[in-house]
Amino acid sequence: MAKHMSITKKTILLVDDDQDYLYQMKTRVESFGFQTMLAESQKEAEDLIETTKPDLAILDLMMENEDSGFILCYKMKKKYPGVPIIIATGVAAETGISFDINDENNRKWIRADRFLEKGIRSEKLKEEIELLLKINN
Amino acid sequence: MSTLKILVIDDEPGIRSGISRILRNFRVDYPFMEEAFDFEVNEAPTGEEGIELIEKDKPDILLLDNKLPGIQGIEVLEYIRKKHMNIIVVMITSYASLELAVKATSDGAYDFIPKPFTPQELKSSIENITKRVFLKKMTSKLQETGKQIRFQFLSVLSHELKAPLNSIEGYLQMIHERQAGPQLESYDYMIDRMLHRINGMRTLIMDLLDLTKVESGKGKRDVKEVRLSDVARTAMDTMRPYSIQKDIRLDLLGDENVTVMADNEEMEIIFNNLISNAIKYNKTGGRVSCTLSERDNCIEILVEDTGIGMTTEEINRIFDDFVRIKNEKTKHIAGTGLGLSIVKKLVDSYHGTIEVTSEPDLGSIFKVKLPTDKPCS
Repeated sequence: MAKHMSITKKTILLVDDDQDYLYQMKTRVESFGFQTMLAESQKEAEDLIETTKPDLAILDLMMENEDSGFILCYKMKKKYPGVPIIIATGVAAETGISFDINDENNRKWIRADRFLEKGIRSEKLKEEIELLLKINN
Repeated sequence: MSTLKILVIDDEPGIRSGISRILRNFRVDYPFMEEAFDFEVNEAPTGEEGIELIEKDKPDILLLDNKLPGIQGIEVLEYIRKKHMNIIVVMITSYASLELAVKATSDGAYDFIPKPFTPQELKSSIENITKRVFLKKMTSKLQETGKQIRFQFLSVLSHELKAPLNSIEGYLQMIHERQAGPQLESYDYMIDRMLHRINGMRTLIMDLLDLTKVESGKGKRDVKEVRLSDVARTAMDTMRPYSIQKDIRLDLLGDENVTVMADNEEMEIIFNNLISNAIKYNKTGGRVSCTLSERDNCIEILVEDTGIGMTTEEINRIFDDFVRIKNEKTKHIAGTGLGLSIVKKLVDSYHGTIEVTSEPDLGSIFKVKLPTDKPCS
């Protein structure tokens, strides 16, 4: 019996209000062998997920709202519980806001699968993405 | 009701119980204080035991005799001072000599009650101290809020500076690795983006300098009679290339002769920010008008645009530090979010007011009122 292997690339949703960061992430993630969907705001991302389901999402934390990333994560988990979510943070920025993301309890409530710092090396990012996608298979 | 903790360190049991009795049902309540205060009194017969109690449960007020069996009161005072403990100390001593009073005060004692004292004398002293404690609490609350605001500001600032740096570094990395191939033209987009981000950082730095001037340089104001139409014209000339690009008409209307006693540079900052915003957030082929007038002790500066406008909710936020309205219409408009915050601070410092009216998709009107010599109506 021949094993049927899927050759379609996985699609990763990238959400960030920094146009350049988005461009660079797109290039990087596509070089890992994935397809990408882009959104430059919380609203754009919300509209996108109404009609499409990504295989994984990487969300910026602060966009038009201080907690846009959290809101998006919550909505996505409700709509697509099986889709892993990475929240990308620039740590120093977030320590200024009232919601402390370094608090274990708060992280659990948010239900993101990973919190990663924005500066991480490409190899590490690739590892994290592949790990999360494997679990879901 | 708030309870203040009082510790009495005195080797005479009569003194200790006497003080407890007097203060047990005492209450301090002034109209200006938000809460009334009562007292919990604890006792220690020696300096050593007193220090133990201080370590275990820090009192707000310490009534301290100097003549004690072991270590002396003055040594307890030194202990508290060295540890920078926030305790108000009142020396109660029958050996009240000038030398002792001076030493105790220099070591941080707040007051002196010589023995024997009447209940009223004790209550008076405690009353004064309570007022002081209340004011100290209020002051440190204010400072704490100030610290939090500053921390928040610096956090956001560091984010605003790191983001462009990270982007520039990212592009340079891609160029370094020749990710777009061997042709230089393939990197034009990245190079343009880097220059754009650098420009953004430069604007941020200039805005920060303005902000610093506003927040600290108030004393160095160079007040002269400033003709506002001149300032307005200079601002419009500076913005003209940009307004031509967007085909926006700039009009200066109203009274040519309106003058105000002010620092010219500060007036420039106000006009530059308001007019630049009016152009940035405008539609192509739109219009910006700046109208100057004087009425009832008030100088009025109106900057009107035919731009994208704002909702009431957005109007409430625009004067905060680093706030830029981020939506579909403003997505590609650059800015630091500091312009209006600087304008508001400047206007406040002149005891003026700034108001906004706006209609989404129609436009906005910014109205600045500055008093001449008497307050504005």
